[in-house]
Amino acid sequence: MSNTTSNAIEVRDAVKRYGDFTALKRISLSIKDNEFFTLLGPSGCGKTTLLRMIAGFEDVTEGAIFLYGDEIENLPPHQRPVNTVFQNYALFPHMTILDNVAFGLEMRGKSKDQARSRAGEMLELVQLSQFAARKPSQLSGGQQQRVALARALAPQPKVLLLDEPLSALDLKLRKAMQLELKHLQRETGITFIFVTHDQEEALTMSDRIAVMSAGEMQQLGGPKDIYEKPRNMFVADFIGETNLLEVSVDGINNGRAVCHLGGGHELTCDAVDGVGVGSHVHMSVRPERLYMSDKPVETESLKGRIKENIFVGTDITTIVDLEDGPEFVVRTSNSDRGNKRIFEPGAEMYVNMELGAARLLVD
Amino acid sequence: MAAGAASGGSATTDTYKESRFWLLLPAWVVLGIFVLAPVMMMLIYSFLTKEFRGGVIWELSFAAYDQFFCDRGLFGDEPCTIEWTYIQIFWRSIWQAGAATLLSLAIGFPTAYFIATRPESQRPLWVFLITIPYWVNLLIRTVSMKFLLRDQGPLNDALIGIGLLDSPLHIVNTNFAVQLGLFYSYLPFMVLPIYAAVERYNFALSEAAADLYATKWTTLRRILLPAVKPGVIAGCILVFVPSMGSFLAPDLLGGAKNFMIGSLIEEQFKGNAGNWPFGAAASMILLTMVLIILLIFARQQAKAEKEA
Amino acid sequence: MATAKYDIKSYSGFRAITLLCLVVLYAPLVIVTIYSFNSSASITTWEGISLKWYADVFTGPESEKFKLAARNSFVIAITAATVSTSIAVFAATAMVRGGKFKLRTVSFGLISLPLMVPEIVTAVATLIFFNSIGFDRGIMTILIAHIAFCIPFAYLPISARMQGIEDSYEQAAMDLYATKRQAFTKILLPLMMPGIISGFLLAFIVSLDDFIITNFVKGAGVETLPTAIFGAVKQGIKPNIMAISTMLLGISVIMVTISYFVSKTDNTK
Repeated sequence: MSNTTSNAIEVRDAVKRYGDFTALKRISLSIKDNEFFTLLGPSGCGKTTLLRMIAGFEDVTEGAIFLYGDEIENLPPHQRPVNTVFQNYALFPHMTILDNVAFGLEMRGKSKDQARSRAGEMLELVQLSQFAARKPSQLSGGQQQRVALARALAPQPKVLLLDEPLSALDLKLRKAMQLELKHLQRETGITFIFVTHDQEEALTMSDRIAVMSAGEMQQLGGPKDIYEKPRNMFVADFIGETNLLEVSVDGINNGRAVCHLGGGHELTCDAVDGVGVGSHVHMSVRPERLYMSDKPVETESLKGRIKENIFVGTDITTIVDLEDGPEFVVRTSNSDRGNKRIFEPGAEMYVNMELGAARLLVD
Repeated sequence: MAAGAASGGSATTDTYKESRFWLLLPAWVVLGIFVLAPVMMMLIYSFLTKEFRGGVIWELSFAAYDQFFCDRGLFGDEPCTIEWTYIQIFWRSIWQAGAATLLSLAIGFPTAYFIATRPESQRPLWVFLITIPYWVNLLIRTVSMKFLLRDQGPLNDALIGIGLLDSPLHIVNTNFAVQLGLFYSYLPFMVLPIYAAVERYNFALSEAAADLYATKWTTLRRILLPAVKPGVIAGCILVFVPSMGSFLAPDLLGGAKNFMIGSLIEEQFKGNAGNWPFGAAASMILLTMVLIILLIFARQQAKAEKEA
Repeated sequence: MATAKYDIKSYSGFRAITLLCLVVLYAPLVIVTIYSFNSSASITTWEGISLKWYADVFTGPESEKFKLAARNSFVIAITAATVSTSIAVFAATAMVRGGKFKLRTVSFGLISLPLMVPEIVTAVATLIFFNSIGFDRGIMTILIAHIAFCIPFAYLPISARMQGIEDSYEQAAMDLYATKRQAFTKILLPLMMPGIISGFLLAFIVSLDDFIITNFVKGAGVETLPTAIFGAVKQGIKPNIMAISTMLLGISVIMVTISYFVSKTDNTK
């Protein structure tokens, strides 16, 4: 199977059950060599379970896992050439930073000196050489995070697993580390599998994202795909903010679907496989794809009245009531205020969007 | 003990589940052979015939239990009427242990409460102060107590010296001395579980009660006490159970009149005068009583945990 | 601070009771310590400070008896504490890191059995057991009884400690190519050390202090410090007993102090 070997990780029909509870419901996915791959989902969705199955900390109830073509699901963790950055870092508290980083190399049979000199290089890479002799408790959260990274990378694993490694850091540090991680992944050329519940983090860093919920994969694709073309309600709601509207599909023509919003309002958007004429489904429109005007501008203009403006720093969020129809949330960036209009509450106006901004969801 | 029992049931991880059999084997073997098997053997011995110079003859006999419960007259040929001698000794033991438990509770509860309401940084030191004496040899503590309380001991000397007494107060060889000795032996067992319970107690509940016009003492009785009851019960059990079977305090502080179960049992195995089957039977009766108390306690704790 | 603060937490009298409690706990020990330095041969009169009763313990007429008893006590306590601590470390690993299994509750019951059975009953049972299998009483019987009796005392601090160690440490070790055995010896064992030291010290003190079980299984002529002291006290409290008691008291206080500071060091942070 030549296509198996080109994949860093291939998960085939993996099922995980704890007694009566099914944590993973038959997941299959392929992760390419040299890819930054993210498992994204809320807590309890099975993403960490899947990661731990790849690392070897959880048995696979059914199915198989391949690492560059070799079946690994029955190997103990210490025989799998993958390393993990743990959520709480799990730095050995009784060892120095240098010994922590050297640990994996020593276990792989390197002499103490060899292991330490390589560990020293790794610490240089993450710019922590001056802390080599310290204990983990003497380092800040961000520094500990980089030690954990150095420790996991030191034995040159074929795949690096990262279990929400940034969740304990504050916002600023998290942003900096996101970039650092991305750079490190490019430099080392190692396949990263990253687990997070933070959709923004996932969008920023990943080549591809698997969105998971309730033990099932909801959507697999690039960040842009997932954000702009959510396949279902869960993905649309989980990734970013959106207007979720109940619509009925009135007709489909040339790949365009005409949707009824209630109150006589209509919108046209791209037709989607699995949504036929007469079906009642949900539609997603991102608030930042909407703008307001006093006259209809585009083909897709809806008449409404301003209910409330909320100032949220970088943006202004406006809530618009359509006559006899649903509510819309419109987001206007403060930097855009020259081009876009803000109305006072009570004012009548039109909500406009480009064709294709609205998306029908399968379920 | 109580805290240990609770944590023994908590969730575990399974890193070493393949080796758990081999890891537990030494404990099973040692405790099975040298604690569990001996108790079984003791049960068997209580149904054997006594050998007059200590030990047993391997013949089935109910004589030990008969001697314990039945009075068969001077020549041992009358029908069974209840024999009170040993039941009285057991009763005295229960009574003494109960009195010691109440004494421990009266002193131990305020102490535990006081420690638990110290600033958090000071608490370990107070707990440390309470536990140090427990680490000191029980025999030495009991002997020290006896030395202090003697008729010509430092306590009486001091009381006479300051003119509070004319003649020494006889404390040694009284019931009270035994209770004091038992209190002294097991006090930390009362303080520690109550301390743990009060420390976990959410004082916002007391504030809510005070806000709703409850006085301090009403708050203590109606709000705090029900919340820390499991700790209080645990403390009482931990003092009562070892007190009942104790040997040193009654032997050294109580004298011949204040004989308790421990001394009764010990006597059966001393030199050639003893009666092993009878000693084994008395031990079995004591063990049964203790296990029943612990069982009731465990069920109550389980119930309390479910409610919490 | 003109007005008294209404403190919902404080009850008048509780502080006084606590202080009374400490006085009751410490007075006998302090008094005995003071009188051990009494130069008088009578315990009732105070004749000034001297170390003569300490000298008497080491060189007096009874010194040979007490030295032998002390040697027995320490050999037994060190051996029993070492063996029971090792058994307890393995047992705790199985109980805390062995997952759920049917015999877990039974095992925990068995481990805590010596704490539930009254000591005098354990003593009787052990004596009967050795008698029934025809095992001669002596140092060996004391040692075996102590090992069994000390297991729960060593087990409780060790298992409590182990429950406080997250399993991600040993998982990280195995992820970094350590076998389970290496993860145990290189990671788990060092992290458990404070618990192991506490368990060892507790087992050591429990063995060193034990009188009742030892008295039953020791056999004729073999003495440990507690049985020797008990025998001597039966003839009346003498000043040399107070000197020995004070020394034992000192050892206990040193042990408990070490244990206190060890338990305060948290090497997982």
